[in-house]
Amino acid sequence: MTDLVRVDSLYKYFDIGGGQNVHAVDNISFNIAEREIVGLVGESGSGKSTLGKTLLGLHDKTDGAVYYRDELLPMRYNTADYRRYSRKMQMIFQDPYSSLNPRMTVGEIISEGLLLHRMMNAAQARDKAASWLERVGLHADHMSRYPHEFSGGQRQRIGIARALILEPEFVVCDEPISALDVSVQAQVVNLLSELKESMGLTLLFIAHDLSMVRYISDRMAVMYLGALMELGPVDDVYFKPLHPYTQVLVGSNPEPDPDSERARKSTEIIGEIPSPVNVPQGCRFAGRCPKAMDVCRAQTPQLKAVGGSQSLVACHLY
Amino acid sequence: MSAALLEVSNLHVEFDTYGGTVQAVRGVSFSLEAGRTLAIVGESGCGKSVTVQAMMGLIPMPPGRVMQGSALLRGHEILGQKVINGKEIRGAEIGMIFQDPMSSLNPTMTIGDQIAEPLVVHKGYSNKKAWARAVELLELVRIPEAEKRAKQYPFEFSGGMLQRAMIAMAISCQPTVLIADEPTTALDVTIQAQILDLLKDVQKETGMALILITHDLGVVARMADDVAVMYAGQIVESGSVDDVFYRSAHPYTQGLKRAMPSNDPSIARNLQAIEGSPPDLFAPPAGCAYAARCPHSMQACERYAPQVFELANAHNARCWLQHEQSPHRVEGLYLGGRHD
Repeated sequence: MTDLVRVDSLYKYFDIGGGQNVHAVDNISFNIAEREIVGLVGESGSGKSTLGKTLLGLHDKTDGAVYYRDELLPMRYNTADYRRYSRKMQMIFQDPYSSLNPRMTVGEIISEGLLLHRMMNAAQARDKAASWLERVGLHADHMSRYPHEFSGGQRQRIGIARALILEPEFVVCDEPISALDVSVQAQVVNLLSELKESMGLTLLFIAHDLSMVRYISDRMAVMYLGALMELGPVDDVYFKPLHPYTQVLVGSNPEPDPDSERARKSTEIIGEIPSPVNVPQGCRFAGRCPKAMDVCRAQTPQLKAVGGSQSLVACHLY
Repeated sequence: MSAALLEVSNLHVEFDTYGGTVQAVRGVSFSLEAGRTLAIVGESGCGKSVTVQAMMGLIPMPPGRVMQGSALLRGHEILGQKVINGKEIRGAEIGMIFQDPMSSLNPTMTIGDQIAEPLVVHKGYSNKKAWARAVELLELVRIPEAEKRAKQYPFEFSGGMLQRAMIAMAISCQPTVLIADEPTTALDVTIQAQILDLLKDVQKETGMALILITHDLGVVARMADDVAVMYAGQIVESGSVDDVFYRSAHPYTQGLKRAMPSNDPSIARNLQAIEGSPPDLFAPPAGCAYAARCPHSMQACERYAPQVFELANAHNARCWLQHEQSPHRVEGLYLGGRHD
């Protein structure tokens, strides 16, 4: 398998004045292979969305490099760059309420990309938008309706149609199901997997629901305070987590099974995610880690392979 | 079984809107025993929040209307009442915590003052005594440096800390019932686990009963003794947590379970979505509200609203499949009321 996206020592800092920076993405390197789904999990404030947006050029990069099919992407996108790359790389947003323009009809929303890229004339674009509406499980006669006439799950389908109508190769899905009800989450996840298969898509699937990520992804990446803590095949990370943070994350995830919940020990994690402005020295998780050692507070662990596992982990225990 | 602490029966709530009248709650009945946890589960718009808001007198009227029904707390009617036995219902008898702690707290008051306020109002504490109790309560919900934290404002707290402060406020007057409306939906899993553990501990210490409203079956499995599954303004299945999870008797409960990812590695990775969406409550269907999405629906389901069938002790399902003359058997569905 060839790598579609390669991320090399990527940094994204936000200047908040007073010489201080939010370290949203702090030295992250990983690859996404063609037709692979990488699930990206972590708590809010861990930098998942910023990482996804930086990959697509929606944020300027502070430092580091992102390659797309071995082509170095610009540090800062100009209009021509967006025009060039957005045909190949698209995004599905978290909030199906605020990410659709309330003053545009669904047909206009979905076909806008085709027209902007001058891929076809208005009549053809309308036909294609209609066929995409059907493809995501809505009706072609919904074209002239406005977003407010749809439920959350239906709006997320509209967001998916808008992103995929350009037939991109790489799609960042930023918590596409978090705002949806359980029964509708499954509909959207199943739709995404179907489209991934039929279109040969490569996805970065950002979520905080680990069990959902396990369902859809090939590999899982765990992020904490701007850094990758663990990356590996999804079942390895989920069932044999190496990093203490991954263990806590998996251990905090309640299962819909009363017997296994009764058997569960209470959580060991204390405290909350520290501020990404003053990132602690050494391992970022050391302050909350039940297994922290002296070395953890002094040296920053690097992502490395561990014997007997296909996962990479950034932890001094290994 | 001991007598129920809280007994809600046949509650109906409507809202007038420009689009017509929404029948948000259509005949909800349940009971809650002291010291136990009842989880009310359902999708957004199913009426779970409206049910408890009606009990608390939090329904804005108009446009809302409690059409009929009763809610008895220790035998006293609380619907439409503010005070029973000289105690205010809201705050003193029933405490409540909300989904979004950031917007539920007053941004212009310190956390300590907000926790002290109900003690002054409901219990007649002096300001000084109430403040001291507020600091104790913050310690009880495990906020470090409680004394210092009490003087801070909500914006200085994280989401998890705010939810702790909300819990401290809600339990300040030792309510007999605590209602938690999606208390952890806005929080991360690690913080969610902390808050759920805290709620359990507080319940153990105070002996209060807990009504937990959630859409997360994982949270239900972790917390609940009893479960009520709501759909389109009605309870479609209720029973002990084991009955509802392991002997699901309503196709909707079964559908919800199958739509959730299981953590079992041996189970193949596929999710069975419930197709379609809930019915329009402006004009609820004549028959079963779930019939249009139900894979097992029969002709009768579309025409006649199903009655509630008691399958076992306190295990009920509102589904025609439970009727003893129903011709269908459904794999994996518990058919307790049928002897065929």
